[in-house]
Amino acid sequence: MTEFLQLVIYGVVLGSILTLGAIGVSLIYGILRFAHFAHGDIMTMGAYFAFALVVGLGFPIWASAPFAVVGGALLAIAIDQTVYRRLRRVQPIILLISSFGIAIALRSVVQLIWGPHNQVYASGIQMPYRLGDLVIKPDHVWIVLGAVVLVTALHLFLTRTKMGKAMRAMSDNMDLALVSGIPSERVIMVTWAVGGGLAAVAGVFLGMDTRLHPVMGWSLLLPVFAAAILGGIGRPYGAIAGGMVIGLSMELSTMVINPTYKPAVAFALMVLMLVVRPQGLFKGNA
Amino acid sequence: MTLLAIEGLTGGYGGADILHGVDLRVEPGEMVVIIGPNGAGKSTLMKAAFGLVKIREGAVLFERRDITPLRPDQIVRQGISYVPQENNVFPSLSVEENLEMGAFIRTDDIRPQLERIYNFFPRLGERRDQIAGSMSGGERQMLAMGRALMLDPKLLLLDEPTAGLSPLFIDQTFERIRKINEAGIGILMVEQNAKQALAVCDRGYVLTMGRNRIDDTGANLLANKDVAEMFLGG
Repeated sequence: MTEFLQLVIYGVVLGSILTLGAIGVSLIYGILRFAHFAHGDIMTMGAYFAFALVVGLGFPIWASAPFAVVGGALLAIAIDQTVYRRLRRVQPIILLISSFGIAIALRSVVQLIWGPHNQVYASGIQMPYRLGDLVIKPDHVWIVLGAVVLVTALHLFLTRTKMGKAMRAMSDNMDLALVSGIPSERVIMVTWAVGGGLAAVAGVFLGMDTRLHPVMGWSLLLPVFAAAILGGIGRPYGAIAGGMVIGLSMELSTMVINPTYKPAVAFALMVLMLVVRPQGLFKGNA
Repeated sequence: MTLLAIEGLTGGYGGADILHGVDLRVEPGEMVVIIGPNGAGKSTLMKAAFGLVKIREGAVLFERRDITPLRPDQIVRQGISYVPQENNVFPSLSVEENLEMGAFIRTDDIRPQLERIYNFFPRLGERRDQIAGSMSGGERQMLAMGRALMLDPKLLLLDEPTAGLSPLFIDQTFERIRKINEAGIGILMVEQNAKQALAVCDRGYVLTMGRNRIDDTGANLLANKDVAEMFLGG
């Protein structure tokens, strides 16, 4: 029982990270209609932006995170304006392949600047909280709380602001948004800012939970996509449920199979979902 | 001053031309109907006025300004609103959010305009928090028109507003359109229910094979033997 509950805690932590990544993937798919393969590497970039501040300027990690968010948002906008914007009217597969190229380029930049080795925000031992037999690291609390705050903020943005509503409208019906006079390029820019910013936090949280490495985000891309698809791609709210389901499944699976196969669990769930219910748990936009 | 003038328009969607030198005009406050057989280019003609068609020759003038090269989001700012035939609401947004999206480019307070729309379509007022995708076809059509009216346009383009509606809703919709028109808003619409449309409109155009065939007042077209044989079921 203790093992189960302990894994649930790990699952919620992983689920929070996956959710933040999957929301961006889902929003971008909803509006630009392509699977953004560089999303994992934007997560990596976000993690290293924070790392630069922690190591270079001695910032505590919580103070670096907001800068990483801004960095991730600006990076995503810059990539869109220089690369994807030229490809707005081509087939989605071409955008997908180009995002694959961006992913490799970002990873190489990280390796060039920070090297190919594992790195950590803070070395030394963190004293965990103990709840009976359960062990909870302070970082885990921050990660889950951070995700809850950000998801709540996103919800308010999507339902209370004109720009948030316009994002949902464009995802619903691009042609009608156009004839209503909604400025699509501005909405696309905000979508990248939100998606890139959330990806950057996800990267920082992943770095806090484990360690920093140039392929940290890339290796999480599959579970992130699994979460987005499970929730019904194009539906940011579905991504939250999808992230939690995938995170919990991956961690709980280690009770019965070797932890090495965790990504395989995400992959299996994604394939199963595509076969059984391709529209997602909730009706998606695919 | 003529509200909308389409002059010698030739064009299509990038392949073969669908329109071959069409002329059409709408005067301020006028209600004009385009009728014709399937594939005549009626919807294409309407879309051409809204920058949704590749125009090879001819021009679209709105209040004497040439709007031919403008994009739809620029044309909307000139005072023309367009209601597509299908997929004309944002299904996952509420009624009120749909209307707000119609007014996206307005920077002033839209509450008074919202209230005017709710007064005009009481059904929408009762259901302002309902998700648009869960409404009936007739209600969606009202919402689509409401969305288009949020900008207080001078000209409203309606693409088959009664398509797929029950007879009761068809009558109601024509009644609504007539009231919108009485408020001084010019209307250009494509209609399959030619008889009813001609009965309420000021003037009508008969389009066949991408060309003007006949244009006259609604009443004269209704009385025209050729038109009757072609479109009004004898």
